[in-house]
Amino acid sequence: MIVDVNFVGLIIASIMASAVPLILASCGELITERSGVLNLGVEGMMIIGAISGFALMTVTGSLIIAVFGAMLAGVLISTIFAFLTQTLITNHVATGLALTIFGIGISAMIGKNFVGIPGKEFPVLFEGLKDTIPLLSPILFGHSIVFYFAFALPFITGYFLKKTKIGLIVRAVGDSPESASNQGINVRFVRYACILYGGAMCGLAGAYLSMIYTPQWIENMTGGRGWIALALVVFSTWNPIKILIGAMIFGGLTIIQFHMQAIGVRIPVQFLTALPYIVTIIVLVVISRDSRKIRLSTPSSLGKSFHKDN
Amino acid sequence: MHKFLIRSFVSSLVLLFTLTVAAVAKDVKAAFVYIGPTGDHGWTYQHDVGRKAVEAAGFKTTYVEGVPESADAERVLRQLANSGHDIIFTTSFGYMNPTNKVAKEFPNVKFEHATGYKREHPNVATYAARFYEGRTILGTIAGTMTKSNVIGYVASFPIPEVIRGINSFTLAAQKVNPNIKTKIVWAFTWYDPGKEAEAAKALIDQGADVIAQHTDSTAIVQMAEKAGVYAFGQASDMDKFAPKAVLTSVENNWGPYYVDRVKAVANGTWNQKDTWHGIGDGMVVISGLDSQMPSDLQAKVKKLQADLASGKVHSFTGPIYDQKGNLMVAEGKTADDGMLAGMMTYVKGVEGDIPK
Repeated sequence: MIVDVNFVGLIIASIMASAVPLILASCGELITERSGVLNLGVEGMMIIGAISGFALMTVTGSLIIAVFGAMLAGVLISTIFAFLTQTLITNHVATGLALTIFGIGISAMIGKNFVGIPGKEFPVLFEGLKDTIPLLSPILFGHSIVFYFAFALPFITGYFLKKTKIGLIVRAVGDSPESASNQGINVRFVRYACILYGGAMCGLAGAYLSMIYTPQWIENMTGGRGWIALALVVFSTWNPIKILIGAMIFGGLTIIQFHMQAIGVRIPVQFLTALPYIVTIIVLVVISRDSRKIRLSTPSSLGKSFHKDN
Repeated sequence: MHKFLIRSFVSSLVLLFTLTVAAVAKDVKAAFVYIGPTGDHGWTYQHDVGRKAVEAAGFKTTYVEGVPESADAERVLRQLANSGHDIIFTTSFGYMNPTNKVAKEFPNVKFEHATGYKREHPNVATYAARFYEGRTILGTIAGTMTKSNVIGYVASFPIPEVIRGINSFTLAAQKVNPNIKTKIVWAFTWYDPGKEAEAAKALIDQGADVIAQHTDSTAIVQMAEKAGVYAFGQASDMDKFAPKAVLTSVENNWGPYYVDRVKAVANGTWNQKDTWHGIGDGMVVISGLDSQMPSDLQAKVKKLQADLASGKVHSFTGPIYDQKGNLMVAEGKTADDGMLAGMMTYVKGVEGDIPK
């Protein structure tokens, strides 16, 4: 095979495109978990975002309404989760699982009328610059706005958590809701906000799949990406930059194994298809093995309900 | 008086019989068991289109979607058989053993299993479509339309159905263009739009300018459209998803068969059999041909379609060699159904190994 730089650029660009939904959902869930809430409903919120975005695009014809509508749908469904876990103090794990099952079911129901309808073309930015710089052009130019947003998000998230006051409040609530509450922070309000923000990002991740990446609606189209996103958050030890690395490795190996198959590399295909899962976990575990840092970044009260009245 | 009595007796018998038949005909209830959701716009979707044809013919139908090929399938089948269904269609290969097992317990219920080969009880029939005939047509088009001589093929799982399709496609493509190379990528999924798109993208980046697929979603034809290469629709007409890329589609058309079999139950003429219908019987349908195809190719394809339908041409006509050069089908012979049903070797010209 001839390795020319543009070919490498194309591969890197497709790896980045496949990492977008994982980055969005993971960074959203990261904020939720940093506030001490474990929401296992990522897959459900993503699929709700996917159908809402696609349905709104088909009905209204407006991409802007569709994208924001998908985020709003993510917010709405996560409100159910927030109400149950924060107001009614239900178990996070059980409620999150229920949210996923609910999301998959209701998206299928709404989606019945949208099967077999082709999506619309989503505009891309800087397309004119596509052939200007070898290797870098396909990576930098000609992508949707959501793509650029996704690659900025880990840095924004990191800055938000480390350098801003609100970020500090979120972390305080996640580490010790009792202390935060004693400091006069409204724990329930902060957690509500973080859950709703996570819902919005998952909604956007779903909309990216159904509107930009593979513009169509079919049932279950998120294909387990929500669970991968959840795993990325944990294995990255709640570090947004490591989420970016993990998402790139996962997307990269999925795509590179297809290339290896097409070239005819004689490695058992089953091994190749399992590779993304194994390697992503190994790499993230290896780069995050500093136990002191893990202790620092793990939200100590993750998944624990907080009763203010007790 | 005597005669009159006999006559009225006979006529009332006839009347009773007609009434019974009519009542039975109205009461026949058909059930369908699906592996995927009806919203997949692929395999299950097409079966459900067939079910709707049964409804339109005046019969009651039920369906259960997303049934795993495990003990769950048995449970669902038993429940359907218990709740007054007269005929049950199980529409995935993995339902083979559960179907036969439950059929034994319900001898009065008819079972129809798609793509399987086990008929252990008199109330089990099997049916499948000769999709490989459609792939002969796709191969002919791909071999003619390719400029890079690299054809990409996104495959799902290494089972005879898929291997047969790859072989049929490659044989036809080689026949019109001996220089082509078929690159196969296994996605190990029947439908996951993201993964399918990534697989197609990898093939396109490696120079494939025609993409064939044996997975179900429309993601591949959309990717082909974006990249400006050709592709073929799978299971249903996918032209509207990628008007420039899709040259034609191979459609699964189960409706006529389903209506026939449910009517047969109603008439009491249902019998156990193994049905394997192709283009000739209308179970495999070739969608309209794209105008980008040169007119001589279109004519050639139409003729090939007619010849496959009439049986004048067979997709697997010898001499056919396997990858190692061993003769599989001798010159002038065609592969028999037994060989086709168990086909697990690539023909010469396909690159790579079948995943084990």
